[in-house]
Amino acid sequence: MALDKTGIAKRIAQEIKNGMYINLGIGIPTLVANYIPDGIEVVLQSENGLLGIGPFPTEEEVDADLINAGKQTVTMRPGSALFSSAESFAMIRGGHVHLTILGAMEVSETGDIASWKIPGKMVKGMGGAMDLVASAENIIVAMQHRSRNGQSKLLKECSLPITGLNCIKKIVTDLAVLEVVPEGGFKLLERAPGVSVEEIMEATEGKLIVEGDVKEVQI
Amino acid sequence: MIDKTVKGADEALQDIQDNAVIMLGGFGLCGIPENSIQALLRKGVKGLTCISNNAGVDDFGIGLLLQTRQVKKMISSYVGENAEFERQLLSGELEVDLVPQGTLAERIRAGGAGIPAFFTPTGVGTEVAEGKEVREFEGKQYLMESWLKADFALVKAWKGDTAGNLIYKGTARNFNPMMAAAGKITIAEVEELIPAGELDPNEIHTPGIYVQRIFEGKGYEKRIEQRTIRS
Repeated sequence: MALDKTGIAKRIAQEIKNGMYINLGIGIPTLVANYIPDGIEVVLQSENGLLGIGPFPTEEEVDADLINAGKQTVTMRPGSALFSSAESFAMIRGGHVHLTILGAMEVSETGDIASWKIPGKMVKGMGGAMDLVASAENIIVAMQHRSRNGQSKLLKECSLPITGLNCIKKIVTDLAVLEVVPEGGFKLLERAPGVSVEEIMEATEGKLIVEGDVKEVQI
Repeated sequence: MIDKTVKGADEALQDIQDNAVIMLGGFGLCGIPENSIQALLRKGVKGLTCISNNAGVDDFGIGLLLQTRQVKKMISSYVGENAEFERQLLSGELEVDLVPQGTLAERIRAGGAGIPAFFTPTGVGTEVAEGKEVREFEGKQYLMESWLKADFALVKAWKGDTAGNLIYKGTARNFNPMMAAAGKITIAEVEELIPAGELDPNEIHTPGIYVQRIFEGKGYEKRIEQRTIRS
């Protein structure tokens, strides 16, 4: 059975290591915060100027001056820090944020990502996505393997305008966990429970690399 | 001591002309100069170029200035929350320059700091790079981006003193400090204006040197875009 959004978030949470500073994008990436294993301490960064995002507030705690990058009201965990947008992106570009988790419309077999613009449709802007993918050493993409109309989102080359080149290393989809290898191609690391290698192959337009037995995702 | 206090937004903004380039602080609706936006509406100046991370929502923030067709051009990173914006953009009434958020923040910072250009990894290989110089440093490619400055910067802080020193609250800081430095004339509105000497110098975020005019704002609505509650 393919993973649902929660399943994707739970699998990504397994990649998180103690002491990491992490930026979570909007959508499935935000859910990852709910499944960080016990005993693992991390700090979540919000690019509008907060390190130490806490849970959503109670009715009494709501503060219009405290939001995340998705413009949702949040709280601060003990030990938080507040700063300007320039400082925030300095820490992102400067390589101080260890892990970025974000969504995508397409990823290519060389690790290019397209996530901000569909020509002919209303363009809302790239926000902070281009800065995040240009800088992070470690980026995980959370997305569906295929688009709503059944097209593969793991391609030889992106068809949509690029957000960043050669920057994606790992992808977790509803069907599989994949690694983008330096020589080009999606190496199949794990498959969703009950999903066959053939199904994944069929859903992947780019080069799929399968070596030996591919274990199932454990969540 | 220099006293930069003015009575209110109308006096502060009295010399803004048509076609001015203005910066407006805020991220979404958080930390926006609500009083100064109202004064721009009353004054009715047109042809404005607005540099702001977002463009407000239909009936609040910069969205109000779009309703009255006072904006000619927006320089922003994300503009998704506004139907009137979309209509004007698609009909060609409004010009839009989309800039990655970190590049926007750094261009404004550079403008205030006297740095005409800098190289950033953001946008290499994308549409953003079109027509811009790319240079290699230590084996990686970087894009040259230029500073942004403004005739007027309209910023919002939590507390300020009569000398123009500012302290922000929470994530309402965002673009305000860089914009304060990048405006030829910076107008700060604050929730609480106190005499110079009463703020702790250790806690000042924006030193008063960047601020030309300051006033205590009235009737802050502080609208929330996504009110998210823990159950």
